[in-house]
Amino acid sequence: MKRDLSIPFLALVVALVACGNGQDGAGLGGELLVSAAASLTDAFVEVEAVFEDANPGVDVVLNLGPSSGLREQILEGAPADVFASANIPNMDQVVEAGEAADPQVFVANRLQIAVPPGNPGEVTELGDFSWEDPLIGLCAEDVPCGEFGRQALQKAGVIPAVDTNEPDVRALLTKVAEGELDAGIVYATDVASSDGAVEGIDIPEDLNVVAEYQIAALTNAPNPDAAARFVEFVLSEEGQEILAGYGFASP
Amino acid sequence: MNGSGLSAHFTLRRSDGFELRLDLEIPAGVTVALLGPNGAGKSTAVAAIAGLLPIDSGSITLDDVVLDDPDRGVFVPAEDRQVGVVFQDYLLFPHLTVLENVAFGLRSRHVGREEAAARAREWISRVGLDDLAARRPGKLSGGQAQRVALARALATDPRMLLLDEPLSALDVTTRSELRHDLANHLTVFEGPRLLITHDPTEAFLLADQIHVIENGQVTQTGSADEIRLRPRTRYAADLVGSNLLMGTARGGVVDIDGRALHLPDQAVDGPVLLTIHPTAISIHQLPPEGSPRNSWETTIDRVELLGSRARVRTSAPLPLTVEVTEEARSALNLEPGSHVWVAFKATEVTVQPDAGS
Amino acid sequence: MSTDEARPRDAKVGRPPGLVVVLGVLGLAFFAVPFLGLLGRVPWSDLPELWSSDVVVDALRLSLVASVSSTLIALLLGLPLAWLLARVDFPGRSLVRGVVTLPLVLPPVVGGAALLFALGRRGLIGEPLNQATGLVLPFSTWGVIIATTFVAMPFLVITVEAALRNLDRRYEGAAAALGAKRWTVMRRVTIPMIAPSLVAGLVLTWARAFGEFGATITFAGNLQGRTQTLPLAVFVALESDRATAVAISLIMVIVSLAVLVGLRDRWWKAL
Repeated sequence: MKRDLSIPFLALVVALVACGNGQDGAGLGGELLVSAAASLTDAFVEVEAVFEDANPGVDVVLNLGPSSGLREQILEGAPADVFASANIPNMDQVVEAGEAADPQVFVANRLQIAVPPGNPGEVTELGDFSWEDPLIGLCAEDVPCGEFGRQALQKAGVIPAVDTNEPDVRALLTKVAEGELDAGIVYATDVASSDGAVEGIDIPEDLNVVAEYQIAALTNAPNPDAAARFVEFVLSEEGQEILAGYGFASP
Repeated sequence: MNGSGLSAHFTLRRSDGFELRLDLEIPAGVTVALLGPNGAGKSTAVAAIAGLLPIDSGSITLDDVVLDDPDRGVFVPAEDRQVGVVFQDYLLFPHLTVLENVAFGLRSRHVGREEAAARAREWISRVGLDDLAARRPGKLSGGQAQRVALARALATDPRMLLLDEPLSALDVTTRSELRHDLANHLTVFEGPRLLITHDPTEAFLLADQIHVIENGQVTQTGSADEIRLRPRTRYAADLVGSNLLMGTARGGVVDIDGRALHLPDQAVDGPVLLTIHPTAISIHQLPPEGSPRNSWETTIDRVELLGSRARVRTSAPLPLTVEVTEEARSALNLEPGSHVWVAFKATEVTVQPDAGS
Repeated sequence: MSTDEARPRDAKVGRPPGLVVVLGVLGLAFFAVPFLGLLGRVPWSDLPELWSSDVVVDALRLSLVASVSSTLIALLLGLPLAWLLARVDFPGRSLVRGVVTLPLVLPPVVGGAALLFALGRRGLIGEPLNQATGLVLPFSTWGVIIATTFVAMPFLVITVEAALRNLDRRYEGAAAALGAKRWTVMRRVTIPMIAPSLVAGLVLTWARAFGEFGATITFAGNLQGRTQTLPLAVFVALESDRATAVAISLIMVIVSLAVLVGLRDRWWKAL
């Protein structure tokens, strides 16, 4: 006798599809390697915690460093799932190489002058960067904060008497905080998250350079589902709120 | 350059607790040998006189100049002492040529390069090594190195010569050749000379006076003959290959391990040292007849062949070393284990009172 | 001494066991393969242009100046220190030796941070020094030299101390007995006799100074022409321009190989 197998069959298909895709939160799992610019450190640590709470099977691993270095790693075939770059050119290179598609700008970051507490070098504006006396540090040219810092100085018509080009923004911050440098140009977020270790001096809007941060799930991500979910989360209201708490501006 | 010679009377305690006590008077032109086994303190004596180790009490004076006197707070360091030393192992500077080695002392005393080289060459010539001036010590034979070391010490015109085992590192043939040369150099040297050695032949042939040293103390001094005929310690006796026995005499008879030994003088009493020369003892296969008052039965322990002679060691009751001709040995068929009789006359026994037992 | 030149005897006698050869070759591969990887990435046709850029020229000059200066300072200060450690039994000697060895164990970045704490503008000595003379050591070429000396000098001290300990002191006694004063003994006997070890120590010191990165970038910072040595230039170039980075690395490899191979077996024996 022929039985009607259509409904059990349909149920089986739905079940299989659901298991296969695992699109609902309960189905996500595994390791998620997020390569993010160093300036996102504190913000992304919180993002990681909140994301892992919401997606218990996922273990987010943060790979933090200068955007250019992370870009190179990805181009060399590093098994990252998500790339969050502190500037557009780095992301462009990754996209061009076919490693990512459809990047989104997710936050913006403004530059600020960082000085040690008490401002012993008495630095008040970009113009002061041209004096020999104060010890000035910038990020290295190929690092986004170095590129943007130089752009700002150029806009202000200042030729800086640089004493050191630090390989990444954290190194620069540390030296300013310790008083080994009198001033440096860093992101507003770095000043905010330093908890008073450095003081920030605003750069006027017409001179300031806004860094647009882009995020994308990588094409060859080992864990594409979790990657897409993570990007979604960062762009969501909740994610944006977390980022704003660290001094980032909305895109 | 005739000074009053070396006067060394001192004690020295080394960091490991070893104590050396020396009393030496060496006039100019005299060679004294310090003869002793390894560990007797000979190297310490060298170091003290050379100025590399300070003494603890007493004094060392050379040609009336005080070199070391702790009580008076005087210590002249090695570089100011003018003692020419030939070290054991020679210690030629490996990175310098023979010429540079010999000239070293002169250059250190600020003699000009050319003059130093000229004087060094003279000395190199005098020890017969003309062609080797540019050679490095690593490429010298033992005998050549010894001569360079001697030239090096003499080139500085020292006030005294101190030779630490100068021939020990050489093989037997080279040693006898160089001993002859050394004797000549010593005779020509005007100051006092101190020779340190463990080789009795060296001491007997080169020195005018011998001090036997054991364990940091001098146990006997005398000429070569005196030591040879009348050794006062086991070590000295073994050195000269003689038999030394110790015991207490009563009425001219000494009881040693149950054996009665008859002495030439019946009036001897008290602790004595007895020497019997190996050649004064005879070996018999049967109990000997005749005058020898001292004889007993024994077995042969060891036989050592030395060219045309044989040294035979007997065992209980009183071990003796006996020397016979090889002919006699083979005629009597003397081998380890053979039963024999030994005999020697009372008059062959040399007696010395044992003062320090 | 007889010589037997008949035929090479190494056929059966003295050959190392197979396992030793295999492991040895593996060990060699461990070192050789990364270099081959580096060589594979060299932009051969662009080399002349890359090598003549001012970044590279400045970095090479600074590296040579700093490494050679460090070596000389290490000799000037390290030799006497090694002497004291080897010859004088002073209280706390083991502790001093431990402290001298510390830069070998600590990560260079930690060393650089320590130098900042001591000689930086707010440093223990740096602050009074700055206030008295206006002198600032970080971010200067002298800062580079200080950083490289700090990490490299221990090599010299350790090599020389070992050599002095192994030296047969009787030679010095012989020299003294010949009339040489202390200074002469040191100059004509002691130092020539430890020369092979001394040279080996100097070369190791130079090599370490030449390759130094962590302490330099932390203490002296990174500025072309003033503090950016070859290792720093490579690091910065890695971020943006792999080709330049590889080209600069090649220079370092060539210079280092030239010095180390030029050293010959003879000196290596002394290590």
